[in-house]
Amino acid sequence: MSTHSLEDRFQHLIDHEEKIEARDWMPDAYRKTLIRQISQHAHSEVVGMLPESNWITRAPSLKRKLALLAKVQDEGGHGLYLYSATETLGISRDELIEQLLTGKAKYSSIFNYPTLSWADIGAIGWLVDGAAIMNQVALCRTSYGPYARAMVRICKEESFHQRQGYDILLTMSKGSDEQKEMVQDAVNRWWWPSLMMFGPNDEASPNSAQSMKWKIKRLSNDELRQRFVDATVPQAEILGIQLPDPLLQYNEARGHYDFGPIDWEEFFEVVAGNGPCNKERLAARVKAHEIGAWVREAATAYAEKQKNKIISTVSVA
Amino acid sequence: MQQEIKDFILMMADNSMILGHRLGEWCGHGPVLEQDIALTNIALDIIGEARNYYAYLAELEGKKEDDYPMLRNERLFKNVLLVEQSNGNWGDTMMRQFMFDCWHYFHLEQMTNSRDERLGAIAKKSIKEANYHLSFSSKWVIRLGDGTEESHQKMQNALDSLLPYFDEFFIPSDFESYCYNEGINPDLNIVKTKAKTKFNEVIDLATLSLPQNIFTKKGGKSGIHSEHLGFILTEMQYLQRAYPGVTW
Repeated sequence: MSTHSLEDRFQHLIDHEEKIEARDWMPDAYRKTLIRQISQHAHSEVVGMLPESNWITRAPSLKRKLALLAKVQDEGGHGLYLYSATETLGISRDELIEQLLTGKAKYSSIFNYPTLSWADIGAIGWLVDGAAIMNQVALCRTSYGPYARAMVRICKEESFHQRQGYDILLTMSKGSDEQKEMVQDAVNRWWWPSLMMFGPNDEASPNSAQSMKWKIKRLSNDELRQRFVDATVPQAEILGIQLPDPLLQYNEARGHYDFGPIDWEEFFEVVAGNGPCNKERLAARVKAHEIGAWVREAATAYAEKQKNKIISTVSVA
Repeated sequence: MQQEIKDFILMMADNSMILGHRLGEWCGHGPVLEQDIALTNIALDIIGEARNYYAYLAELEGKKEDDYPMLRNERLFKNVLLVEQSNGNWGDTMMRQFMFDCWHYFHLEQMTNSRDERLGAIAKKSIKEANYHLSFSSKWVIRLGDGTEESHQKMQNALDSLLPYFDEFFIPSDFESYCYNEGINPDLNIVKTKAKTKFNEVIDLATLSLPQNIFTKKGGKSGIHSEHLGFILTEMQYLQRAYPGVTW
């Protein structure tokens, strides 16, 4: 079959909402886009463990400590599913991690912001996981089967995390003045970076059209961002906090909330490595990898010895 | 309830709580993602166990479960010194865990028969998890001890530096002796024999050698801790101390 007809067949499957599986033919560019996107997603889960694990030892109660440990552990688990999904495209986890540690691969820029108070843990759950869910719910229908299936599993856990985060803020917002101030301050710092998580505006997002045609992406950056704002504003009202945007208001005609312009300069600076914690986050991953090298080598050496023992036992028998 | 019994419950709780805190420090920084997840799992299990003991005490004393980990000072903590030692490298953490698990599993096994029904029930629930922990840490001690030359040396160093802390588990404090006479705490001699049999078997498979002339370090059960505990509590209690009396 010619490449042309293979491509036609491929697009035909996608147009008819059939999933593409690992063994199916796919255009190189589709494979590359997926490797980039899924591994970036996996890296984000793993780097995303860091700002939250920053508060595990300081969590204010046993209940919150257990919930936070479980949440960060879930994120590690999501990283694993997603690395596995990426491996189905013919690249090894070792290579992917190498790309992360050398700075070749990106991860979500949101994790380059610091967690400065306990309310930040609530704000991450509510806003960052909330934004992630908007994206991920759409990805449950993405055209690549292994990615879509990983997303279904991840979405269930993420919505639980979001509720936990909101519960942290809700509890604090009913508390002392100092607690209320912490909530407001955390939301002030996390609101705009959360809106940036959806990526540049549609007209400035060059890869989006192709990804939409391949149904890797199902909704545009701006559509997802609008959905997020619409869902979040009423929740902010229940918390009794102000979202830090004077232009935020409901537009009757559109049936959506209007919101102010995003500071894309900040976004691109953080992507370029100049955010508050880029160096620390990457350094933490590099350190974990380096101090773990002897452990991985020993585990491999031990497994090898055991294999040889079994072989020699079998040959004696 | 007698103070001795409360002290015993606190010791069980504090051992698991403080070790759980140490394991929580690894979260997000483990040598392999799978092991990061596994260690966090152990932290979840043992902090969950500690919470069961604290909740029991809270009911008895009309307090809140968080009052115990979050509002007591160093001298009132009854955990053994082993569990507050620093994480060190992954091998140090596995060796510390393995020593804890050897004691923990066999202690819980005996405690399932406690005359205190609530403690017996906690033991029955936690022993399933402790069994998995012991299997996990045993495998790591063996794998690293019998891995490469470098890993062998690291594990030998871990064993040499942590062994002085192992026996504190088995030296009964006054409150444990009281609880033993009341049928609440197991016979520590039985726990010790079983734990040491397992311990020696694994150390042997790991091709490590037991250092001789060990001087046992103790004091935790009576509240005389190492310098580490103050820093652990500084972190753990920060919010409750800085903003007293609020709900989180």
